[in-house]
Amino acid sequence: MCLAVPGKLIEIFEEASLKMGRLDYGGTINKACLEYVPEAKVGQYALVHAGFAISVLDEEEAQKSLAAWQELREKMGAL
Amino acid sequence: MKYLSEFRDPSLAKALLAEIHTTVTRPWTLMEVCGGQTHAIVRSGIDQLLPSSLHLVHGPGCPVCVTPISFIDKAINLAARPEIILTTFGDMMRVPGSIGNLLEAKSRGNDVRMVYSVLEAISLAQENPHSQIVFFGVGFETTAPGNAMAILQAQRLGLDNFSILACHVLVPPALRALLDNKENKVDGYLAAGNVCTIMGLEEYQEIVDDYKVPIVATGLEPVDILAGILDAVRQLEKGEYRLENEYKRSVTPTGNLHARKIIDQIFRRCDRNWRGIGVLSQSGLAIRDQFAAFDAEHKFQPQAAEETDNGCMAGQVLQGLLKPPSCPFFGNRCKPEHPLGATMVSGEGACAAYYKYHRLTT
Ligand code: SF4
Repeated sequence: MCLAVPGKLIEIFEEASLKMGRLDYGGTINKACLEYVPEAKVGQYALVHAGFAISVLDEEEAQKSLAAWQELREKMGAL
Repeated sequence: MKYLSEFRDPSLAKALLAEIHTTVTRPWTLMEVCGGQTHAIVRSGIDQLLPSSLHLVHGPGCPVCVTPISFIDKAINLAARPEIILTTFGDMMRVPGSIGNLLEAKSRGNDVRMVYSVLEAISLAQENPHSQIVFFGVGFETTAPGNAMAILQAQRLGLDNFSILACHVLVPPALRALLDNKENKVDGYLAAGNVCTIMGLEEYQEIVDDYKVPIVATGLEPVDILAGILDAVRQLEKGEYRLENEYKRSVTPTGNLHARKIIDQIFRRCDRNWRGIGVLSQSGLAIRDQFAAFDAEHKFQPQAAEETDNGCMAGQVLQGLLKPPSCPFFGNRCKPEHPLGATMVSGEGACAAYYKYHRLTT
């Protein structure tokens, strides 16, 4: 139940006074409530749990993590 | 960046695994707290690829599993009332209470409906003004913001036919209870990244300081989990203990402040009974009195039968003290088609993971 999935925000709208968005999960489009990520912009990825976006994924941090692991891979490759 | 394939990259996983093998020189036991992590680990076979001296045990982070039998009974009791439409997440349907489950209630003709989001239950309340819509909402800190928002929304819309049967639990008090248990042999913890996304890291820092154990906030993809494991064993090998964040793309030190604010507005902390484990002090969230009109327990006073013991050992499984195949009922009297415990049917239950991925021995 704590599984949250990343989706790309493709549209922001309002529904019954709630900030909502449509997100693309690798081809499947679903809507989610954006009240907890008011800063989210179209084109960004958000983590969605049970119909609510809980974070906007930070691309810079993601790249940093990946770079650290890639460095490890290169080091391993060199062994 | 798709935020999925990158964190499932087999070549990164291999590099992390190799580094874990190089790092580990002594026996260590790590616990992944989140049941979603448990499923990812068993599905990807990470546990079988680690050094033989590094043990993973599975934690209590399965909200469906820890929801007490009395709440399942209350939900079944509510569903039986003709004026009520009971809504819940799909995971809850087959969880056994003391008198059957919600799927059976539905097949008896009770109006039980699965929803994907609590906001669907709000829409149902708007569309069915003559019915009472009850949302059976369980979950950790990740699910609480949705339920809190639904109550606010029901209030805004003036809905008098919407309420929540809420059974929320909190991770840090459960972690403390595990750490206080003398049987606990866990050296380090992978904290549930999505819970930390909401709540931030403050309470985990306090646990690290109080118990001097490493805790690493970790995501749910295989590469995330391996990075969390590597971080924890690096600390353990050096005799260090810190709080680390290996899920920085989603977790910030303070978490999601918008969500935390609304959780506080709607809920207060309460003692909570965890299925198979017992009552843990201040480990749950209950709806505040000023929102009692939206609290199905207050509104309908549902009854629960006396709890009986059917021999299920999930309490031990959820505390990392027993692996599912060591339960004498695993795979025989207890299967997903006829479960004895919630841990066999939840999408985050360890017994369900072991059964689904054919881990029939430990
Ligand atoms: S296998 Fe079944 S009976 Fe045994 S602990 Fe798991 S859920 Fe309970």
